[in-house]
Amino acid sequence: MAKTIIPIGPYHPLQEEPEFFQLVVEGEKIVDAIANIGYNHRGIEKLSELKTFDQVAFVVERICGICSTSHPLAYVRAVEDILGNDCVVPERANYIRTIIAELERIHSHLLWIGLAGHFLGYNTVYMWAWKERETVLDIFEELSGNRNNYAMMRVGGVRRDFEEKSLAGVITRLNKLIDFVQMIKKAVLDDPVLHARLKGVGVLTKQDCIDYCALGPTARASGIANDVRKDDPYAAYDKVKWNVITQIEGDVFAKAVVRILETLESINIVIECMQKMPKGPIYDNVKDIPCGEGIGHIEAPRGECFHYVRSDGTNRPVRHKVRAPTYMNLPTYKEALIGETISDATIILAAIDPCYCCTERVTVIDANNKKNKTVYSQQDLIKLSQRKTEQIRAKLGAR
Amino acid sequence: MNREELLKSIKIKFKQSIKDFLDKSETRVYFEIDPKDIKELTEYLFMDIGARFNIASGIDTRFNIEIIYHFTIERLNLIISIRVKLDRDKPKVDSITPLIKGAEWIEREIHELIGVDFTGHPNLKRLLLSDDWPEGVYPLRADYKEWDKGAIRDRGV
Repeated sequence: MAKTIIPIGPYHPLQEEPEFFQLVVEGEKIVDAIANIGYNHRGIEKLSELKTFDQVAFVVERICGICSTSHPLAYVRAVEDILGNDCVVPERANYIRTIIAELERIHSHLLWIGLAGHFLGYNTVYMWAWKERETVLDIFEELSGNRNNYAMMRVGGVRRDFEEKSLAGVITRLNKLIDFVQMIKKAVLDDPVLHARLKGVGVLTKQDCIDYCALGPTARASGIANDVRKDDPYAAYDKVKWNVITQIEGDVFAKAVVRILETLESINIVIECMQKMPKGPIYDNVKDIPCGEGIGHIEAPRGECFHYVRSDGTNRPVRHKVRAPTYMNLPTYKEALIGETISDATIILAAIDPCYCCTERVTVIDANNKKNKTVYSQQDLIKLSQRKTEQIRAKLGAR
Repeated sequence: MNREELLKSIKIKFKQSIKDFLDKSETRVYFEIDPKDIKELTEYLFMDIGARFNIASGIDTRFNIEIIYHFTIERLNLIISIRVKLDRDKPKVDSITPLIKGAEWIEREIHELIGVDFTGHPNLKRLLLSDDWPEGVYPLRADYKEWDKGAIRDRGV
């Protein structure tokens, strides 16, 4: 049978992020798949060499809007690794870090559950999950002042303390969220239609996960019990009780189960941390970053987030390597897609919860004049944004 | 195998090629080895020990090009970083992609951003940069100039 190539992307009205897949199909069956990335590369690693150690925490926060605390946390842990014993993160700061990181996991997993439902045409789940995700974002606003990009992490601790009076209300809301997640768990795990649709689809075997070094829920759904929170406990994860969730099937259904059960674990971690949290200072004052190199890795919602920072004794990093979890998870699409039918392609690709802004980190260049000159500087972008606002205002005024 | 036994076994097995060893902390160790043995050491760590390949980071130190391969051994809670130093004029090292499929993308990235030639890589084409990016211009090299002229480029010393 003749082979046909179906291009998906890089820009498409239905895609959230730019990515380009070429699916080689015979009839309906996928026989090969090729992925191209690089449509969203912003050169963050280069940029962070020009910023001071304090500023980099804010730069890496903007790598991704969904897991916007994972990157700063991994980065500050890398810098704390350079400092070694010179820097002791206070106990309260560790608890605050845990709470923020776990709340993020809850909202990220709820976002995925919603999107997965949407891709399957099960829009009720999408509406439910995203409605309840708002609760988490509201909690974020109350605790950190921001619904996204919380700016909580700093080298040596956290930037902002929680207000005691808001904690009780947050715990009440989280308890309500547990009821909701239990409901979703029932709705998804007991639904015969979803069983029929997702079981045995896009199977990633344990050996594939090892070969591709897959991470996070993707690996845990294939029976690899790797979780940085357990393996190399950071923040306050060794002080609270929780379980690593694993499944052995490796199909899309197993990945959904892992994420739903993990959400429940995360809610419990947050509640326990809020009850146990000691009082005290929230940061250790760090003056100079000595020469050296450090590694920080944490468990982001999608898997291990890995940062390598090297300092030469000045106030800026000489090299800062960022490795987001999707970078390792995305290449597994080959094993998961080949042999499946084209109608399953969307959900299989979505099953690893890909995050392209994390995977690619360059600048907008003018492709016509070949000179690699940046087209838009920050000032230009602000100007453009202001002009657009003016236009909208004029339009509204004219009506 | 515990932490000490593992480190000892590496030291004995690759006695000839280890140039430097740093026991930084309980969870982090650094080896510097001869670039020609990277494939063997990777095979030992990945296949025999069962380490997970985290990532490689390429650095231009102005004197030479360094690549650091990070491996994690979860059951020992240990990150082993293997450093190789390459000649800056013609950086060349054996590819580890034939051993670890997960290393394909990062080697392509280091190849386009720093200009290291990975011999034996099955598909050494660009990953992130666009097709019209000029050949031989590596954005993460220390002497890379044609970037943003307005940026502050002093190192703040």
